[in-house]
Parts: sequence; C-alpha cells; structure tokens
Amino acid sequence: MSEYKPLKFHVPEPPRRPGDEPDFSGVVIPEAGSVRRPPVDSSAADMKELASTMVRVLNKDGEAVGPWAEGLDDDILIQGLKNMIRVRAYDERMMTLQRQGKTSFYMKCTGEEAIAVGFRAAMEKGDMNFPTYRQQGLLLSTDYPLVDMICQILSNSRDPLKGRQLPIMYSSKEHGFFSISGNLGTQFIQAVGWAMASAIKGDTKIAAGWIGDGSTAETDFHAALVNASVYKPPVVLNIVNNQWAISSFRGIAGGDHATFGERALGYDFPALRVDGNDFLAVYAASKWAVERARRGFGPTLIEWVTYRVAPHSTSDDPSQYRPKEESSAWPLGDPILRLKNHLISRDLWSEERQTQTEAEYNDEIRAATKEAESYGVMGSGASPKDMFDDVYEEMPPHLREQRQKLGV
Amino acid sequence: MPQMSMIEAIRDAMDVKMGQDDDVVVYGEDVGYFGGVFRCTHGLQKKYGSHRVFDSPINESGIVGTAIGMGAYGIRPCIEIQFADYIYPAYDQIVSEAARLRYRSNKDFTAPITIRTPCGGGIFGGQTHSQSPESLFTHVSGVKTVIPSNPYDAKGLLIASIEDNDPVIFFEPKRLYNGPFDGHHDRPASNWSKHPLGDVPEGHYTVPIGKASVFSEGKDVTILTYGTMVFVAEAAKKETGIDAEIIDLRTLMPLDVDTIVESVKKTGRCMVLHEATQTSGFGAELSAQVQERCFYHLEAPVVRVCGFDTPYPHAQEWDYFPGPARVGRELKAMMEAV
Repeated sequence: MSEYKPLKFHVPEPPRRPGDEPDFSGVVIPEAGSVRRPPVDSSAADMKELASTMVRVLNKDGEAVGPWAEGLDDDILIQGLKNMIRVRAYDERMMTLQRQGKTSFYMKCTGEEAIAVGFRAAMEKGDMNFPTYRQQGLLLSTDYPLVDMICQILSNSRDPLKGRQLPIMYSSKEHGFFSISGNLGTQFIQAVGWAMASAIKGDTKIAAGWIGDGSTAETDFHAALVNASVYKPPVVLNIVNNQWAISSFRGIAGGDHATFGERALGYDFPALRVDGNDFLAVYAASKWAVERARRGFGPTLIEWVTYRVAPHSTSDDPSQYRPKEESSAWPLGDPILRLKNHLISRDLWSEERQTQTEAEYNDEIRAATKEAESYGVMGSGASPKDMFDDVYEEMPPHLREQRQKLGV
Repeated sequence: MPQMSMIEAIRDAMDVKMGQDDDVVVYGEDVGYFGGVFRCTHGLQKKYGSHRVFDSPINESGIVGTAIGMGAYGIRPCIEIQFADYIYPAYDQIVSEAARLRYRSNKDFTAPITIRTPCGGGIFGGQTHSQSPESLFTHVSGVKTVIPSNPYDAKGLLIASIEDNDPVIFFEPKRLYNGPFDGHHDRPASNWSKHPLGDVPEGHYTVPIGKASVFSEGKDVTILTYGTMVFVAEAAKKETGIDAEIIDLRTLMPLDVDTIVESVKKTGRCMVLHEATQTSGFGAELSAQVQERCFYHLEAPVVRVCGFDTPYPHAQEWDYFPGPARVGRELKAMMEAV
C-alpha cells in the first residue's frame, strides 16, 4: 500500500457559470496613476513589477492622473474616441449583415476597441501589424477604404481577396495590416521575423504582434518570445487578455494566477500590464513600447486587460458558459464611455458631439454597406477563375489543367 | 571546371546568391559560426557577417515563422532545418502560412523563402535521421518541392530556389553529400571528384525548377525516381542488363509530367522508386499520373518500389533501404510480365 494519498487532477474553473452572479473580486485593480513610468531603455529586471500590476490613467472620476498621463495630445484623444465609435458602429452593422444572411460570418471586438485604436495611433506609416481577427480597429483607424473592407466580408466581385478568404480575414500591406490567418498564434512569431528583417536591413520600422489570452498557449507564442529574447528585434508583442477563449476562461490558458505579462520576465525583456479599457493608458503604453523598439532597445510584451463583451463570433452563444450580466459587471467598464466622460469633463467633447458622431459614422457605414452590396452578397460575384490564381506566382501546368477541366 | 561535393555545391550556391543579393540571409541551428552540422554553410558567416548568417534557437516553428515574417518585409531567407525528420514542429508555419500567404492575401504578401533540409536514409540514421517526408509537402498547394541528386543540380536548383518567389522545400539527400551512392553499402564509398556530375561551374547558373532530367536513356522500362535512388536505379540497370530509362525528377512539385509521359509512352513500362514509405507516398501520385496519361501504352502494371510502411529502423537498414538487388528483382519481374 502506498504511503502517499491518491493524486488529484486539477482542472481550473471560472469563478462563475450561467445562472450565477458575476464575480470579479479576484481581479486586482490598482488605483489610476499609481504605477510608475520607467525610461524606455529600462531593463526587464529594472521594471519587473510592471508585468504584474496595471498601468491606468483615468480614475473613477474620469480624470487623467499619474506619470502615464503626461504628454498626451488632445487631438489624438479626440480622434481616438471617434475611431472607437466608428469601430463599434462598423461591428454592429456587420453583425446585422450576418443576421440578414448577406455574409456567413462575423466577429465583433465590442469592449476591446481602445486597444487596437490606441495602439495604431502610436505607430507610424511603414510599421507593420500582425493582427488576429479581433483587431479591426487597426484597419479602421487608417484610410483603408470602408467599401473594400465590407466587400471582403461579402466575398463579392470587389472583394480585395477575390472571395478566397473567410469574412474578416483582411489583408493590406499598404495599411500595415498583415494578412490574417485562421491558424492561431502563427502571426506572433512572424511579427518577430519582420522586426528581425527591419534590424538586419538597418531600417527604423517596427513590427507589432497580436495574440489573445487563449492563444498564448500555442507553441508559436513561445517561439515568438524566445526569438524576441535572443535577437532583441524592434517588436511589440501584444496579448489581448479579454478573459475568454471562446468558452474557455483564461485559467485554461494558464493565466489564472500568473499574469500573461509575467511571461516575458523569464525571457529577459520587459512587460507592461495595462488597463485595456483606458484609452489614455493604451496610447501612452503603446507610445512607450513603440519608442523603445524604434530606439533599438528591443521588444516589449504588453498584456492588455479587457473583457470580451460580445459573443466570440456570430456562431457563438456565451449564455451557455458564462453569467449573462458578466460583461456589465466588468470592473474596467466600457472604453468608449470612459474616454467620452474624460473628454466631456475637460470640455473637449459633449453629449451632442457624441450623438452627432455616432450618427455620422452610422451614415457612413450604411452608405458604404449599400455600395458594397451592389457588388454582390454572400459570395455572389466572386469568379471561379480567381480560384486558381496566386497559388504560385505563375500557374503550374497541373493547375492550368484543373482550371480548364472546370471550364473557366 | 571545379570539382565539388554536394556539400560544397550547396555552400557555393548560397555564397553566389549572398554575394549578388544583400537581401539573402541564411540561418538555422548551428548554421552560423560552426558552419552547419554537415558543413553546408562553412565560412559564410565569416564572409558575410553575423547579421546575414546566424545561429538560431532550437525552434523549427520559429525558424520558419521568422522567415515568413522576413519574406513579408521583403528579404529572402534561405533557412535550414537540421534534419527533415525535425521539420514537423514547423509544419503549421509551412502548410498554414508560407504555402497560403500569396493566395490568401491576393499576392499582397508573399513568402519567397527556401527551406533547406537534409533527408533520406542509408546512413544508419535510425528513425529520426533518415526520413523522406516529401509527400507531406507535395500534397500542400502553394509550396514547391525540390530534391537534387548530384552537385551540379544541387547548386543550380538551390540558386533557382532562392531566386524563386514561391516557398521552396529543398530536400538534400545526405547520403549523397560526399559522393554518389548506389546502395552497395558493402563496397568502398566513392566521392564526387571521380564523377562527371561533380563538375560544377563557378559563379551563377540555374537548373530550372519543374524540369526533370533523363539521367540515363533506355527503351525497355521507365524508372521514375529522385535523390539517392537515381544511383540505385542505375546500378540495378547495369546488374540486370535491362535497358531502363531513368528519369531524375529533380522537382516533385510542380511535376514535369511531359517528360514522364514521353518516356513511358516510349517504353510501355513504368517503375516508381523512392526511399519514402509506400502508402500515400509520392509514388502513388506518380503511378496515378502514368495510369491516367499512358494507359493505352502500358504493357504491365505500374510498379512501386519504396521504403516499407514502417518507421525507419536502425539495425535493419539494408533490409529497409530499397537497394539494387530489390530494384533488380522487381525490374526482372516487370519484364517477364506480359
């Protein structure tokens, strides 16, 4: 007989399930302004605690406080609010298109708008993002044509990707938005490679990788961190911790008791953990990490703490695995409301402007949608001929033969 | 003309391209200072600097993943996976990313990368230093698969691969690195300096991707093969006296169907020969192509001579490896068939 007790198998569970009251008592939220702002050339060892705490600028009264509030440009904040409003309006409209049967699929980023919009504002033209499917804000913060973006979702005759890609998997080199892949985590290491190339060529451009909390469990997350650690390329590695990977809470990714930001410390590069619903903090932290990369001080990991308000996708029903009211109980609130209140308190914005801006973007997106629909919906208008192009630079004989057999 | 081993020819190809194009970078495990476990990158770091030739962490997914990122930036990585047996951790990056990038982005982004990897058995490499995983890549739309059998082709095909704007998996039969090998493991090994295909021109030249070569002309039977098996086929031809036409495919994807069809229509018989395991191996594709295109010219069923459907064993190396005796037996049986 063994002198040991039988071993127990541990499977993490979220604190609350459907039917329970939401409970975020385990989420530790430091006071706004309480976290220091180290110089951009700091070593990982000199700023360890920033991987565990949370950089926050906006306090509960909507005031910008602390060292990360310094040097924020009012125009960028106003533009940030506008872009977030635009992203939310876009998401709502595309969701409707899916419900109308005009597209097969959509994914919203509700509640996470500040992160992509704020980060994009800190980048320069020529820098490259390696986004996931939930960073539409990166593209919607640029002058990428809205009609083209919707045409991709409709897979129609004007789809820039010729109907080959699932809706929302955009691509635009010109706008610093790398082609989205359905395979999770792959782009995180590619971002590191892009940044290595920029350093090899003595360029001044930087790359940004993007990943969700769930996908940090993928092998390529480690690949990205170890290569970033070894070669110190100009890359910012963004983890968007929205607490949920479809139905799995962050604990299933190993993120229940250690922060995702702390992952960087073992790789000897610094991490920031940031309130992802605080646009001012997002922009300031992004600026810091982008500046650090561009000055050649190497990579930064940023954990953006936020909450996935919307269903995972149009094929998902969160009421099956989490409390219905959980998103409204999320202690970091709504990024649009928080920035709006801040700007109103400083007389830089008003309820009227808010209403007017929402209406303007609704009109813009409605008009763009109408135009996009004129090129076809749900794959109509995409040409079977386009199916065979661009597998290779030149079409090899076997593909030519297959195309001829299809008669196109 | 200089005499080169396959190792020297491969190194020379990278040297030529790095000299011509600042955007070519070379990296992988032990590739930099040490010059590679097979010496294929010997001296390149000293010549071009560690920002263009460097060691990587032991992280195959990272090697290929970073290369895809570099390709998206606009440079041209030629990377190494130390053994083809260790390419699997990078399979997701190759299949899901490199192969599809041009297609899924409507050529907004491309992956002009070359993945060099030593493959094949006959060296007592056991299970994880002997594999021939080419069919796992020929099955993937969007990558090209190349496998040279001699120094001349190795240099020309590698230069062509580095210049190609599509991702290329470049398999190097390590058994052929120092000399040709016909499967007679009991005889002294020869080296490339005594072989005409060890004559390798200096400087730049290419062997086109997608073109097979008729290694040895014949009229009785066509042998479709590549890599080490080219020399095994030649030995079996000599030993049986059967006048086989040996086709060295050189590129598996895209496949040179015209050369294959022309030969089989002439000979009326076809053997496909490879080291890789038989079931769903590349030979199955070759066999189907011949059956579809040469059906009325065939005087016998297409025969496959391949590695057995087992992991590559250690002690049973020469029972597993399809040597000249096995190939000869199968050739004779084919000729005796009506």
